[in-house]
Amino acid sequence: MSYIGMTCEMVTIKGEGGTPIQAYTAKPAGKGPFPGVVLVHHLPGWSEYYIGETRKLAHYGYMAICANLYERAGQGHPDDVAAKVRADGGIPDAQMVGDTAAAVQWMRAQPGHNGKVAVMGSCSGGRHAFIYACTKTDVDACIDLWGGRVVMGKEELNAKTPVSPIEMTPKLSCPLLGIFGNDDRAPSPEQVNQHEEALKKAGKTYEFHRYDGAGHGIWYHHRPLFRLEQATDSWGKTMAFLRKHVG
Amino acid sequence: MCTSIVEIAAAEGMAKGRDDWFPLTHAVVAYDHARHALLGDVITLDFFHQDLPPSSRSAVELTLDSAKHLQAALSRAIAAAEFEEAEVRGQTEPPVRRRMTPVLEPV
Repeated sequence: MSYIGMTCEMVTIKGEGGTPIQAYTAKPAGKGPFPGVVLVHHLPGWSEYYIGETRKLAHYGYMAICANLYERAGQGHPDDVAAKVRADGGIPDAQMVGDTAAAVQWMRAQPGHNGKVAVMGSCSGGRHAFIYACTKTDVDACIDLWGGRVVMGKEELNAKTPVSPIEMTPKLSCPLLGIFGNDDRAPSPEQVNQHEEALKKAGKTYEFHRYDGAGHGIWYHHRPLFRLEQATDSWGKTMAFLRKHVG
Repeated sequence: MCTSIVEIAAAEGMAKGRDDWFPLTHAVVAYDHARHALLGDVITLDFFHQDLPPSSRSAVELTLDSAKHLQAALSRAIAAAEFEEAEVRGQTEPPVRRRMTPVLEPV
């Protein structure tokens, strides 16, 4: 048995409106060609967990990039930056799309890239990944890990989140994988049902996997939310989905 | 959970941050999954100044029960303080029953 090495670097990409934002990247050693994964971080921010997930994907043979969607809130510990973003009502969905598009463009410009890109996120990042895949046509697969607020009430909509993502479902441009815990309340099993109905109605390619005995954050190994059995199974399903759709 | 439970209040005062005290403009109360406490969902209290860097932040993560105890303690202290203020101003307000010792929950 052997392992492949990797190269990890910080890069600066041009986000929405030309704003320079930082991104963490990891590339497997070798010439490739390698498929790409763009990670969209969660509500707790551009955190150590997401940096680790970026490296983990390189370990499994993917070029990976995770951009700091909270760059404009200033520099500091991810917790503090995320708190500032929360106090400001979150980030605009449109800004997230622009920043993530820059990460996708970075991926597609890399030597050794196989031309395929998946967008993947958890928590708010799952919601954001889905919005991206419904807004843009430059990704080949989308992974929504327990993304809440895909189904939003009219009272929740505002200038930053003007459209409930479920309404975007007809524009989904690629296959979708969803991983959910049945004990979660955001998204609740009922909301996941609604989303699944919308996907069926729109004739989209998707697979949803729902787990008993798990809630939110199934993979968060550093939190009590972690569920070993469900995380192991859903990681396997995620790898199979990626292999099928991006290589 | 991925909640949107966030309440923001103006705050005047100072808080102790990582290294030093800093002036406040806002307090934020949220309910979402914990970042540090080894718990699921928590009430998070953030105190910060909107024009200072993100590190100028003082934060706690509390269980719902702890948050309720804190809410009750705040209410008692505020009621007592308002009574004191009324006395100072020579107003006659009905006495407020005050608890002088902290009440600790059994471990």
